[in-house]
Amino acid sequence: MLRAEDITITFGGLMALNHVSLEIYPGEIMAIIGPNGAGKTTMLNIINGFYKPDAGRIIFEGKEWPKKMKPNRIAAQGIARTFQNLALFKGMSTLGNIMVGRTQKMHANLFSQGFYWGLSEKEEIEHRKAVEWIIDFLQIENIRKTPASMLPYGLQKRVELARALAAEPKLLLLDEPMAGMNLEEKEDIARFVLDANEELGYTIALIEHDMGVVMDICDRVVVLDFGNKIAEGTPDEIKSDPKVIKAYLGTTGG
Amino acid sequence: MTFFFEVTINGLLVGIMYSLVALGFALIYKASNVFNMAQGAMSLFAGLALVGFLYQYMHLPLWLALLCTVGVMTIWAYVIVYGILRPLVARPPAMMFMATFGIMYILEGVGQSIYGTQAKGLNLGIPEKSFEVGGILLNTFDLIFAGVAALFVAALVWFFQKTRNGRALRAVSDDHEAALSVGIPLLKAWSMTWVIAGIVATVAGVAWGTRLGVQFSLGYIAFKALPVLIIGGIDSIPGAIIGGLIVGAGENLGEVFLGPYVGGGIQTFFPYLLALLVLYFKPYGLFGKEIIERV
Repeated sequence: MLRAEDITITFGGLMALNHVSLEIYPGEIMAIIGPNGAGKTTMLNIINGFYKPDAGRIIFEGKEWPKKMKPNRIAAQGIARTFQNLALFKGMSTLGNIMVGRTQKMHANLFSQGFYWGLSEKEEIEHRKAVEWIIDFLQIENIRKTPASMLPYGLQKRVELARALAAEPKLLLLDEPMAGMNLEEKEDIARFVLDANEELGYTIALIEHDMGVVMDICDRVVVLDFGNKIAEGTPDEIKSDPKVIKAYLGTTGG
Repeated sequence: MTFFFEVTINGLLVGIMYSLVALGFALIYKASNVFNMAQGAMSLFAGLALVGFLYQYMHLPLWLALLCTVGVMTIWAYVIVYGILRPLVARPPAMMFMATFGIMYILEGVGQSIYGTQAKGLNLGIPEKSFEVGGILLNTFDLIFAGVAALFVAALVWFFQKTRNGRALRAVSDDHEAALSVGIPLLKAWSMTWVIAGIVATVAGVAWGTRLGVQFSLGYIAFKALPVLIIGGIDSIPGAIIGGLIVGAGENLGEVFLGPYVGGGIQTFFPYLLALLVLYFKPYGLFGKEIIERV
């Protein structure tokens, strides 16, 4: 579905990603793992268009992206994401946040909005339905009207996931969706991610530090270390890969 | 008692015109977290442009001249966003704030060189008749502008709260990166805000220009908007409206009822006193978004 080829990016003298290639296949849950500073979030930022790689190219559904593709254009291609450090619209309610997530799905222009009746109104109602469905799916009915900034951290993460789902993306990028959560919250999110993948058929790429979760829910794992890809495979293969063990534990494993 | 009501109502009518100016500030602040120093200059330029279209260079009918003025302000909006603000995306707000100072001087300079520095009268043919309702003396001119302003304000509130584009603009003001990631084009959103702010500036410029004449001190009505913004909350549209009403009524009442005790002339600073009071008790303004930061 999405292929990143030979991606290289440097920040000053730091080689954040060094000729990294990876591919995301349709319908899978892929995990990108690696120690802190390995370049995982950088990779997502490149796919999502916040950073422009120094070299390499990205091919999405068989088409290569132009060098300076803007993030909002990439979102229009059907790629949604969440952020490691929450990026919710704090002044808006849960509902408002998720509605904004549907930006890509709405077509009524300013003119027809000026005359709310007609197309625009029909659209608004339709989207509201879709949003209610997502709210139901993620079980956040009771915080529908609560301003995002008032929610506890775990729920904010969940609203962010809802906002990304609202775009009905072809590819969903999750940057540490379970960071800072307790076990119960993690299990909830893991279940939502699995459901989104299995029931709704979303292709998902996620970054996660909790190895237990990664091994449980992911089909494939890519391991980064200091900007290099050091391994790729099924969770079982990764678990026993000596290079991965070395990167994480700092020994060769004997 | 009738006198009290008369003073209050006339104050409120002026207050709506303050609201109009404050509204321009609140709009830009909401969309880009920048206090736009050029808002007053935009009103001034709109007034100058209208005079130019009406008498100075052309003799267009009023409706066409108004349309052309809005057109000119739209062009300015795009010049400002794409020419001046684009390189400042994702920089600290202070840089954009300084840029708006520059915009202010550019607008004033260009305005002077095209339209000259003389004060110009602006007459829209609105009858300035006074009449009495239940013993209260009112002015048709004030009433008409108050009506126009009220309509305008209602339309804006509706736009921001109820439409997709309005929601997108609010989203942009909350978080640039997140807005981009859901597919909102940042520069387009800004352009839209500046166009709207330009239209608001036009209405304010025309209203104040008709009242005081189109002159360069018109740029300073922006300072009247400062206490309005502090009282209402800088990022709140309803705040701008109600703040304007409070300031308008407050300064009129203050002048008439408190003025004589201190020798009069308190109209000019009374709004600032009110603002100071509000700052003591509600530092984010009456309707402002209280920012709670987690540490």
